[in-house]
Amino acid sequence: MAENVFSWLDERLGLKAIYDTILDRKVPKVNWWFTLGSASLFLGLMQGITGMLLSVYYVPTPDHAYDSITFIMTGVQFGWLIRGIHHWGASLLILTAFIHMLRVFFYGAYKYPREFTWITGVGLLISALGMGFTGYLLPWNQRSYWATTVGSEIAGTVPWVGDFILRTLRGGTNLSALTLSRFFSLHIWIFPAIILATVGTHLYLVIRLGISHIPDKDS
Amino acid sequence: MPSKYRSPVMDRRSFVKIVTASLGSMMAAIVGLPVIQYFISPALGKTGSDDWISLGSLDNFPFDLPTLFNFNITQVNGWERSSMSYGAFVLRKEGQDPIVFSDVCTHLSCRVNWDEENKEFHCPCHNAFFDANGEVVSGPPPRPLDQYEIRLDGDQLFIHLTEG
Repeated sequence: MAENVFSWLDERLGLKAIYDTILDRKVPKVNWWFTLGSASLFLGLMQGITGMLLSVYYVPTPDHAYDSITFIMTGVQFGWLIRGIHHWGASLLILTAFIHMLRVFFYGAYKYPREFTWITGVGLLISALGMGFTGYLLPWNQRSYWATTVGSEIAGTVPWVGDFILRTLRGGTNLSALTLSRFFSLHIWIFPAIILATVGTHLYLVIRLGISHIPDKDS
Repeated sequence: MPSKYRSPVMDRRSFVKIVTASLGSMMAAIVGLPVIQYFISPALGKTGSDDWISLGSLDNFPFDLPTLFNFNITQVNGWERSSMSYGAFVLRKEGQDPIVFSDVCTHLSCRVNWDEENKEFHCPCHNAFFDANGEVVSGPPPRPLDQYEIRLDGDQLFIHLTEG
């Protein structure tokens, strides 16, 4: 029965071909450092899932943000777990992505024909840092408030356009409700959309070009 | 690989597949089951009320005219204290205890109004009509208007508000 259903679907969707292309592709002899890309992908998916769950209760306004998070932590069953995974997963994701980048750098895996894969990876790292910066404000506690004050102030030191960047980040001169809601929008819509598209390109290129072997004496 | 290392039961690939699938399912369950709790726990919490509400002196309510009394109850929903508004129609008849109707339509919980001209309660949402005694005249409601339990303390009228 299950086999019949599968072959019916496979004939129409080409599932086996997708599986063979993505999971059964040929790879050179590799080591554990080569698992960090997949680890980052997994952590990214977890961030997406736990983030969607947090948005069930979280409210991005100055009068409710802090209280809604307190409610998630104390009033909702397993709220502490969902937020905990999102909180610690965020730091862990930056770590795995960064070590993934170091692996690619030291093995020279960014070279021809994989330069564009590297470029999309840089885009992903910057977007992940953007997610970190915008997400940090959302709890609207003292730490997030002052971290964003300082962070946007640093952006304001750019010559000539600094003041413009600072105002654009904050949505005005001061850190306010406008800052919170635009950081929220960036955090749940704009950065995720960019990341989704870039991850798609990144994975497409990894599958299309294959991964490079560990450099030996000849290379 | 020398044949003495080969399992007679399964090859390496199927072993890896089974281990991956079972570890994956376990992890999905560990995260997935709390997620269900996360979603439904506010629905299970008690937010109901059980209070006697004072409607003041009976003299405020004329005979044979359903009269609306509005009151607000403060409730904590999640992280927010909100004021919920209620309405009760008090109907007094000579020589009888007053009857207090809830103004919530028994169809789909819109609020009914008293139409003095036709002597009927009217619910505007789906054109439902109740007579002065709360009985359904026409429209979709499945039962008469709900009545509050009342208590009289001298000439002071109280109703019993229970919810949740």
